Amino acid sequence: MTQIVGETLDPPAAQQGAGEERESVVIRFAGDSGDGMQLTGSLFTHTAALVGNDLATLPDFPAEIRAPAGTLAGVSGFQLQFGSTKIFTPGDAPDVLVAMNPAALKRNTDALERGATIVVNVDAFTERALSRVGYDVNPLEDDSLSAFQVLEVKLSSMTIDAVEHVGLGRSDAERCKNFFALGLVYWMYGRPLKHTLDWIAGKFAKTPEYVEANQAALKAGYHYGETAEIFAHTYRVPAAQIEPGLYRKVTGNEATVMGFVTASQLSGLNLFLGSYPITPASDILHGLSNYKEYGVRTFQAEDEIAAVSAAIGAAFGGSLGLTTTRGPGVSLKGEAIGLATMIELPLIIANIQRAGPSTGMPTKTEQADLLQAVYGRHGESPTPVVAPASPTECFHMAIEAARLAITYMTPVMFLSDGYIANGAEPWLVPDPEDLEPIEVEFHTEVEGFHPYMRDPETLARPWVRPGTPGLEHRIGGLEKEALSGDVSYDPHNHEHMIKTRAEKIARMANSIPDAEVFGEEEGELLLIGWGGTFGALRAATMQAQRRGMKVSHMHLRYLNPLPRNVGPTLKRFTHVVVAELNNGQLRRLMRDEFLVDIQGLNKIQGLPFKVSEIMARIDELLA
Amino acid sequence: MTTTTEALTRADFQTDNDVRWCPGCGDYAILAQVQRVFPTLGIPRENFVVISGIGCSGRFPYYMNTYGFHTIHGRAPAFATGLKINRPELSVWMITGDGDSLSIGGNHLIHVLRRNVDLKILMFNNQIYGLTKGQYSPTSEVGKRTKSTPMGSLDHPFKPLSVVLGAEATFVARTIDREPKHMAEMLRRANDHKGTAFIEIYQNCNIFNDGAFGHLTDRKGKKETQLTLQHGEPLLFGKNQEKGIVFRNFAPEVVDVEEVGLDAIHVHDEQAPLAYHQTLAQFTAPELPTPIGVLRAVERPAYDEMLNAQIEAAVDRRGRGDLTKLFNSGDTWVVGER
Repeated sequence: MTQIVGETLDPPAAQQGAGEERESVVIRFAGDSGDGMQLTGSLFTHTAALVGNDLATLPDFPAEIRAPAGTLAGVSGFQLQFGSTKIFTPGDAPDVLVAMNPAALKRNTDALERGATIVVNVDAFTERALSRVGYDVNPLEDDSLSAFQVLEVKLSSMTIDAVEHVGLGRSDAERCKNFFALGLVYWMYGRPLKHTLDWIAGKFAKTPEYVEANQAALKAGYHYGETAEIFAHTYRVPAAQIEPGLYRKVTGNEATVMGFVTASQLSGLNLFLGSYPITPASDILHGLSNYKEYGVRTFQAEDEIAAVSAAIGAAFGGSLGLTTTRGPGVSLKGEAIGLATMIELPLIIANIQRAGPSTGMPTKTEQADLLQAVYGRHGESPTPVVAPASPTECFHMAIEAARLAITYMTPVMFLSDGYIANGAEPWLVPDPEDLEPIEVEFHTEVEGFHPYMRDPETLARPWVRPGTPGLEHRIGGLEKEALSGDVSYDPHNHEHMIKTRAEKIARMANSIPDAEVFGEEEGELLLIGWGGTFGALRAATMQAQRRGMKVSHMHLRYLNPLPRNVGPTLKRFTHVVVAELNNGQLRRLMRDEFLVDIQGLNKIQGLPFKVSEIMARIDELLA
Repeated sequence: MTTTTEALTRADFQTDNDVRWCPGCGDYAILAQVQRVFPTLGIPRENFVVISGIGCSGRFPYYMNTYGFHTIHGRAPAFATGLKINRPELSVWMITGDGDSLSIGGNHLIHVLRRNVDLKILMFNNQIYGLTKGQYSPTSEVGKRTKSTPMGSLDHPFKPLSVVLGAEATFVARTIDREPKHMAEMLRRANDHKGTAFIEIYQNCNIFNDGAFGHLTDRKGKKETQLTLQHGEPLLFGKNQEKGIVFRNFAPEVVDVEEVGLDAIHVHDEQAPLAYHQTLAQFTAPELPTPIGVLRAVERPAYDEMLNAQIEAAVDRRGRGDLTKLFNSGDTWVVGER
């Protein structure tokens, strides 16, 4: 742990008084997937967080581990927005694009707005590299980039010169160029080098020549910015007004890991994860595998079905059973989730959605598994669904998923998506004292015990651990007699049990909070969203409100059952729009439940909403 | 309420549920032996868990007065693995059939065996699908005429013991529903084994595949068709143990004991190289006598033990985790009052 206190992090002297102040800035680093762009972006993020900016990030990388160098398919990007105010999204359009080669430039030019700055590695603009991505003419030499401020920097050759004294081979030396680029951007925004220098020293501790070379490249980039005088402007982004406290940068998947470990601690149950690797959920498996001293048992199963089955076996034994996957994995797990519904044991299925169906677009985000989460099983098998709205919120909603699963003895779906799973933001670390324990009661009383007796309030059946004397009983997938749990084919009993299981999930609405309405409780337009679209919707709502429009935003974290106030709220607005990254799934669910003429704002491109896209719809409806 | 093991009897393991297998089914004999052997194992009743998949065998847990879990088709090994990892003190017995474990659940079977999770697996092999009313199974002989194969089945059958040895199972045995004493002995051996113990039980389905193992159970003929294995004893069979097995260039051969001498007969070794056990698993009467008994019993650390040892090692190395530690780990920074 590095404990750093804010006041030691004033911008460097070079920056004092100089530079134009900006509320927020969007930067995109883009290069070959071997150029280290994800790392470069992460390190910039880290420094931005440490100097007190709020921020949001969007990694955008190809599915192939190493697509052929210099091709459009191999371009890897990392975008972040940092600012002195609350930052809700990674930004619509980059203010600065760092393009390490022609492919990166070509892939990203369309994302830029007039006036943006492009830093290009001019050394990479060879005839061969240009023709490889279909540039007939070097875009640096015609006027195709005239709308932008283009800074041609000899990134490769200057990096090689800067690290020459270390004595690395030419290709190793050239690989330090991402640090040169990072140093240059640090200079543009008056960022301190210290944290990245420290990181390099730690990371390459075993190979001092790499420490030396990468640090030299970083400093050279920074000094180049200072001395070259090719930049018209530098910018200053003051620290944000952030709630005081201990912070840590987390991605959604990291927060999910912390959330489930915390749920285990709060409930006193050992956490068991059964999982089969799948993008973008694998990082949760990796993360939890590192928390063994917290009693976390992880099991990389032979397939998705074994993964969920083992988690149910763990729950049968009295542990907190979790399985992590994405949509196709949920399809495979469907039969076992049906069994968990029947035997009424707690289970959490975390679906980190990505663009589908089938293999779809492996590294692109989407929210198209909502109907699958709510309905995608055989038989009448109601399943609660929760969805975090941001990377940091994954922490809280993971705990909520566990609380609901345990309290109501049921499988629960936790729906995250690739956008929040890989996106990062600063997380205000909670005080353990502020977290509510999760009540767990293992039944041990023999007198009057029946496996399917129910809590009168929650309708949950008792949880009995094998090994408890006198309570030996059998569970399984065959329909249960209402109280004894014995196998029953009685027609009325079956109907009674179906209705009871449905009622149990419906009653969950008693223990979930009302949905927050941001803005007035009535008005002209209610924007509804769920999951990772939160930032764009909230930013657009705030813009509209500043312009005096009667727009409110309701973001749903509980999707089945829906909070009690959702229905009445809909009826207080002239227009209701559900914005989601699918073809209208929540909209369909809500129209079905409330008979309200809800409209859709839908995007299915594997990309998050831009604030401007939401604004356009608001203008269209209210202008 | 029973918390001690001394007083346990067969009746303690019987349930009130009516047993619903067809009259005359081989499953009854297996149930009776399991109920007789469990009370003798020195394990409290509440620590037994019986887990099954789907099929006629899947109903087994309902008839055992222990903790029981009737899961989904073919996946019982995964449920049992999850349970055993979390509750290593429990004695976990898995009941499956030839369809459940070798067709839909083939994948899980080989993986639980390679991991060597400490489970006891009883696989009832009747070479037919019973619960779905008589289709051929992955162990049915080629050419079998059933409802789904009116002109005879085409698929070459699995030899279950060969499959499980291929996954390097650490304990592999075979017994027969009609040999109760032998079955009880195999159950006890499986219980004593640390790791996955796999027992194939030849089980007669008197409705859809009656007499499939008649040649092995027929009182007159069975001495010619069964090869009873005993660790350290020569491979002998026949009415008067007059026939033996020798290996020439790795090939088994039936010989007359008197002719070659008892010393020439191959001596059974449960810990021999895998290839020997694989060869035994290929023996099928009438060409070569069908082996009954423990083919292989070797030691290898159990997965659940190793996994839990890693948890303990992590606690030893880093101290037991708590929320304060969790929240203060990683790169953190403090934002002060401004």
